[in-house]
Formats: sequence, C-alpha cells, structure tokens
Amino acid sequence: MSQKKKIVLVGNGMAGINTIEHMLKLAPNKFDMTVFGSEPYPNYNRIMLSSVLAGDSTVDDIVMNPYEWYEKHGITLYTGQTVTNIDTTKQTVTSDQGVQVPYDELILATGSNPFMLPLPGADKEGVIAFRNIQDCQTMIDASKKYKKAVVIGGGLLGLEAARGFINLGMQVDVVHICDHLMERQLDPTASKMLQEALEEQGMNFLLNKESAEILGEERVTGLSFRDGTSTEADLVVMAVGIRPNVELAQTSGIEVDRGIVVNDVLETNQPHVFAVGECAQHRETVYGLVAPLYEQSAVLAKRLADVETEPYEGSVVDTKLKVSGVDVFSGGEFIDTDETKAIRVHDEFSGIYKKVLIKDNQVVGTVLFGDTKEGSRIMKLVRDQVEVSQQDMNALLTGSQGNNSTAPTGLGTEHMDNADIICGCNGVSKGDICQAIQEQGLSTVEEVKNVTKASRSCGGCRPLVSEILEHTLGDQYTGSEGKEPICACTDYSHEEVVEAIREKQLTYVKEVMNVLEWKNEEGCSKCRPALNYYLGVVDPVAYSDDHTSRFVNERMHANIQKDGTYSVVPRIYGGVTTPEDLKKIAEVALKYEIPTVKLTGGQRIDLLGVQKENLTEVWEDLGMRSGHAYGKALRTVKTCVGDTYCRFGTADAMGMGIRMEKRFEGLNTPHKVKMSVSGCPRNCAESGIKDLGVVAIDGGWELYVGGNGGVKIRVGDLLATVKTEDELIEYAEAFLQYYRETARYLERTAQWVERMGLEHVQAVIEDDEQRQALCQRMVTALSVHSDPWQKAIEDKQVQKDLYEVIDAKA
Amino acid sequence: MSVTNEQPYLIEIGPVDELPQNTGKTVRVQGYEVALFKLSNGDVRAIENRCPHKGGVLAEGIVSGEYVFCPMHDQKISLSSGHVQPPDTGCVTTYPVVITDHKIYIDSRPLSKEVCE
Repeated sequence: MSQKKKIVLVGNGMAGINTIEHMLKLAPNKFDMTVFGSEPYPNYNRIMLSSVLAGDSTVDDIVMNPYEWYEKHGITLYTGQTVTNIDTTKQTVTSDQGVQVPYDELILATGSNPFMLPLPGADKEGVIAFRNIQDCQTMIDASKKYKKAVVIGGGLLGLEAARGFINLGMQVDVVHICDHLMERQLDPTASKMLQEALEEQGMNFLLNKESAEILGEERVTGLSFRDGTSTEADLVVMAVGIRPNVELAQTSGIEVDRGIVVNDVLETNQPHVFAVGECAQHRETVYGLVAPLYEQSAVLAKRLADVETEPYEGSVVDTKLKVSGVDVFSGGEFIDTDETKAIRVHDEFSGIYKKVLIKDNQVVGTVLFGDTKEGSRIMKLVRDQVEVSQQDMNALLTGSQGNNSTAPTGLGTEHMDNADIICGCNGVSKGDICQAIQEQGLSTVEEVKNVTKASRSCGGCRPLVSEILEHTLGDQYTGSEGKEPICACTDYSHEEVVEAIREKQLTYVKEVMNVLEWKNEEGCSKCRPALNYYLGVVDPVAYSDDHTSRFVNERMHANIQKDGTYSVVPRIYGGVTTPEDLKKIAEVALKYEIPTVKLTGGQRIDLLGVQKENLTEVWEDLGMRSGHAYGKALRTVKTCVGDTYCRFGTADAMGMGIRMEKRFEGLNTPHKVKMSVSGCPRNCAESGIKDLGVVAIDGGWELYVGGNGGVKIRVGDLLATVKTEDELIEYAEAFLQYYRETARYLERTAQWVERMGLEHVQAVIEDDEQRQALCQRMVTALSVHSDPWQKAIEDKQVQKDLYEVIDAKA
Repeated sequence: MSVTNEQPYLIEIGPVDELPQNTGKTVRVQGYEVALFKLSNGDVRAIENRCPHKGGVLAEGIVSGEYVFCPMHDQKISLSSGHVQPPDTGCVTTYPVVITDHKIYIDSRPLSKEVCE
C-alpha cells in the first residue's frame, strides 16, 4: 500500500492555493493535503479587493476556491487559525489553537503584512491598512457614518483605496511623500496625467507631504504634517507598502533576510520546507504582485510533484492600476536615461500617452496611459529580450485601434512559453488555454472564457486569448470580431441565423435549431432568447412568443432579485403621475407589506421585495400597465418639465415624453432601450446618454442616438434635426425599427451605432422611401402588443403555470 | 393514496398533467423549497430550489434538455445529478421523483441529508 505524501500549506492565499491547484493537476490523488489560513474565508482573489471596495464585486464574487473545492479534493482546511510553530526536526506544525499536523513537505505562503508608519497616534481607532476583507469591510462600514477619509500613500494600492472611498461617497485626500504619484511605476508625464484624471474624479492630492502625527482623542480626527499643516480625517488608511510575513519562519530557525530566503526551486535552507509568493525572497528580490507569484507556484508545484521543471529565475514585473475610468500600465524600465531611446505617442487631446523604452535594439520597458491594451504584448518583448526594429515598435504603438489582433510577427503570443500566465486574475497560463482549445475543440473567446476562466474577471487579457486561439487553430480560426457564432450550440452567426429564418420561413425556436442542425438539441440560455427575439422581429404577427426561451424577468414580467423576490415598476408615462396613482401605489405597498419603495434611475417607482405568488394580485390592485422595467424593450422616457413650468423651456418635454412612451410601450428590442426628452439645450433629462435622446431647440428637435450611461459611457451622436413632433416620432420609429432589424440580440444601440457607422444609419433614416418602409414595419410590430400584466390577471392558466407556488404536505 | 401509506417518505405534489413543460415550478415541502421540472421528453425532475453559488431560485431558470441555467449568474446545472457544470463548481441536492396514477410524488428522504459528495 502506497502512503500518500503529506503536504502542509501555511497560508490560504493566492500563491499557496495556486501551488496546490497545480499539484492536483500534475499528480491527482498523490497527496494528503492540509491548509492553514488566518483569515476566516476560503481562498480569495486579493487583487480584486479594490473592486469589492469600489462596489463592483462582493466578497463572494472574489472567492476563487469555495469550501466545496477543498472538500472535493479531500483537502483539510483550517480557517481562522494561525500556525505559530514549525518543528523542522519532527516535521510538524502547530497552530494557535493547538492543532498539530505532521508534514512530509511544508509550503510557507504566509504572504505579507501592510507596513504601518510608526506615527504618534497610529493606534487610534479609525487608522487601518488596506490589505484584507476585514479592512475592506471596515472602510465600507466607515463610509456609512463618516465623511472624510485620508489615504497615506500615492502608490498603486493607495489610489485604488482612494477610488473606493469616492465610490462610497466619501471625500478623500491622498497624502504622498513625493511630488508625483506612483513614482515607482510612472514617469512624470504619465504621473501628471494620472493626477489630473483622478482629480477630475474628485480626489484631492496633498503631495510632498510627510505625515507627522495622527490627531484625535480615541478616534482619529485629523493628520498633521512636518511642514506644520494638517488635514481633517474620520478614517486614515495607510497604504505605504508591504512587508513579507516572516515571523513564523524566523522563530522556527528558517533563514530569513527581508523575506524567507529561497533558491531557484523555492526551497528554504531547511529540508522539506519551501516558500512561495510575497513572503519569499528570491535572488535578493521580494515580489508584491501576482504574476511572479504564479510563476513561482508553477515551479514549486512541479518540484513537489516530481515533474521535471526549469528553475525559477526571477520575474520582470509590470503593473496595472485598477481604477475605473483610468487605464495605466507600466513595466520594466520606465525612466529615460542616456542609454535608452524612446518611442513616444502623446496625444493631449485624447489623454493618451505611450512610451516604449529601447536599449540596444531591445525593448526594456514601457509606460502606457489611456490606452493600455498593448501592455502585455510589450512586456513579453521585454521578458524575452527580443530584438526589434523601429518599424515593429511603431506598429505596436500606433497600428492597433480596436481589437484587431494583427500583431507584427515576432511580437505575439506564439513566442510565449506554455507556463506564461495570460490571465493574471485567475492564474490561467498559455498552456492551459492551448490545451483546452485542442482537447475540447474550442473556437471562440467566449468558449475559452467559460472553460478556463481566462478573461472572466477584468477582461484585460481578452486580446491575448483571441490571439492564442488564432495561432492554435490556424486556418480554422474564424476570428472573434468577424464571424462570431451565437453560442457554443452552433457555428452560425447572428446574421446568418436571421437570414435563414427569413429565407426558409422558419417559425419557431425548435424548428430553427433543427433545420440549422444545432449541436445542442435544445439550445442554451444564450441562443434560445436570441432565436425567440429574431423570430418575433421577422414575423411579428404570425409568431407566438416562446416564454420558455425568455429570461426569467421577461417570462414573469417582473425583475427577479437576489433573494428570489421580485420588483414591480408600474408604467408612469413620461415620469408624470397623479396624486391618485401615488395613493394607489402606497396602498398596494402597505397591503402586500412591500419592504422597499424606491425611485429608479429613470424616474419611475420601484416596489421591491414582492413575493412571487403575490405578483398578479399586486398588478391587479395597482390597475396600472407594466413599466417593462425588466424587458429587452422600451424602458422609460425620462423628461424635464419643459415649457410647462420651466422659465428656460422651449417645448413641451413632458407631453412629448408621454407621447413617445405611449407610442413605443412594450416594443421588443435587441436590448433595453432608454429614451429622454429635454425641453431646452440645458438638457436636464440627460439626452446625451440615452439610446434615443431628444433635445428641444428653438423651432425644432435634435435626436441623439447611441448614447449610454451604463458600464461603458458613450455620448450619443446627433442623428438628425427635425421641425415637428410628428417628424420626431417618424424618425424615432425608423431609427428603432432599423436597430431592431439589424442589431444582434443583446447589442445596445451604443455598440450597434459604432458597428454600423453613424453615417450609414443616417443615410438609411434620411432616405424617404426607406424611412417610410421602416415605419410601416414598426406599425405592424406595435400592433400585436398587449399589456402582459393584464394578460396574467385575466388568464388563470398563466397564473397557475408561472406564479403558483405549491405547498406540499408531508 | 395507497402509495403514500406503503411508502411514507413519498410526498404527493399533484397531477403530472398540470405541470407545465420546460418551466420550473416552486414547491414548498417541510420548510424546504424544491424546483420541479417537466422536461421536453416528459420526464419529471426535482432539485433543491437554491443554486450553490448565490442561492439563485432554480425554478425560474431556462430549461434545456437535462439542464437548467441558473437565472442569477447563468451557471449550468444538471437536473439529474445536481452537478454544476464546469468551469463552475458545486452541487445541488436532487430528489427522486415517482409518478403513479398520473400523480407526482417526491421522495423526501434526501431532504434530511446532503446527497452531494
């Protein structure tokens, strides 16, 4: 009987768990593993903490390996326990709670601790670091009670923390000892641009300031500086650096310098004891970034699994700032010297700055601001010490707009090693991706994302993934921008499917899947809603909607919430309501004990927390029409008060908004559609960021299209200027119908206008014949609309099938 | 009725004809929520009505063959094994379904114990 090798990992963070993951892949069932973690969580992605603080993710979202993962692999996990002793002779570790575990091989991945400045008053309440989930939570909690935060440190972490505070609605000062930000990653030009961009977001910078004392009684009230000045603070976050956590190693007789000293296979001076990640010091260097940590763990895993490996020889690091609205990348050498020459692009109008430093025809480093997508590619050249011509470099900096992946030869992913990490967020290597492509026959970035998790978090590596696909598949690669299949169930693109529906006169979802030989007989959650939509657009009168192919919100005609309750938004045309309706809404909220009543971003009232089985009764009692707040449909027409009340108004914005909302109510569209009407160029209804925004001008109306205030903000383009209300409706109809007919399902007008080109859309809409034809088809589409809430109230079968909850007696 | 007398762990849900096809139905049993599905081929499946990821209500997911797509974050879950499909992980409790005299019964025994590995 073969005895399993006992592996003990101290530190439940990214470096340690990544090592374990590799080992499980290399030699499954060969190890008996135990993991100790001081934090009370399973393994999570520390890099994404700033995104939790920014409110973009929750703690659950950043968990990389849930408890089930440990169970599934038979790993014993002790969370909330700190290992306090290692006996390297007996080969055991002991925790602060007295748990003792023997090991054959021990991995130390104790990470690092934030460095706290030893300022007077640093022990006051409200002085914290930004390092773990607990810190993150403290900051979020503080934002509910306090107004003013001060972040000490204008480096990467400090700026991410500061951005988080702004998202939390706090004022924030960033205190920095140098005169420019991120001085260890950026040159003065990029740094200045960064500062300006962040100031625009509301950050206040106190540069050249050395902190002297933290003020306050029990809790912090301010921070004073050596120059005699001071600033108020309800919370002080120190983000001035990290220190390898070496205490355990030190007390256990393992050699420690700044970090735990390791050799090229990550071995310490004690036999059977290894160290990896931020706690380790390799060839005099301690790393505090994710890429080197993954490179180390790959080597260590192979070493422990007895798989042959190249030694770890150190990493060339790069840095990316994760702050919304600001793209910064830097790596390698970034300050010009006598020995370097630089290729520079500096566009002060677009806020783009790119610099690549070259020494003896080799790229040695880069700083990118505003457009960072070539970052990984340039760093690859740095790491591989590739000789490049100036032509190559110019192409690299200026040649690529958008996502094309026509990289100059010699600069692409084909030169990467299989062990090179492509996706830093999820630790996916080039080899993982190639293997998945070959073994599972993947052909699109979406598929690679689903199988390997690469590009699933921040998405920064998407161009690289696309390039790997291209190289791996060769001629079979159809390109991610050109022809993209609807989903993994088919090779047909959206356009081809619509064409087939028209040509072959297909009339229901299953038929489309049959005739076009879907690989997955019953389709999936991506293609079925798309097919249902296309069928409805091609023949709105004959097609009967397939509610089983609808996303829950559109099937139930209410928004599902995370706890399984629903939210109900009644239609309030143009955002104009009456005291009677308000009263009715209030009475319904009371009667059904609806916990939250909220105004939506589109000027409507949202009743949140309605039980599924109460939905139809709520609708019946409201006696209003559905606001379609859940639909790929017209959502709302936001309005200002216009000339009815406003002293600046030039037109009846409310009246026009109501007319438009009544006109397009319930229209199925490829994605949600938001509109607005502003009564004068002051544009109080924010018409520049709507799918269709209308602005009244003296003697007419301007129509703006393709605007978006969502994830990717886009200012709408002026489509046309018209004179009368009737013309306005006509143009809006034609525009919407053209969008309905030619957009891919789930493509917002913003992306669609960019793909089609504004001039093309304008040409179609301004052509009298085409415009009339589009309007005609729109009239047909609108003719079949009926209010879904009313239908549910009247149809007992619908109530039973969709809204009933069965109470089964045991 | 004879069924439940002989097999006390079977819980009667209702007539199989009344179950809509390819749309989940929420059933409350002993304080648990079960999602009931009638597939395209007529088979009936019962699984726990919470996804292991964020507690999504699976009864409201899009049903495709033997799978349901969680309405919260689109994870794909097998209705027969309860396993969440890769790259996501996790497992949902499944309940055996018995159909006798056109009536659906759920085997309640897994209610009291976790059947996921």
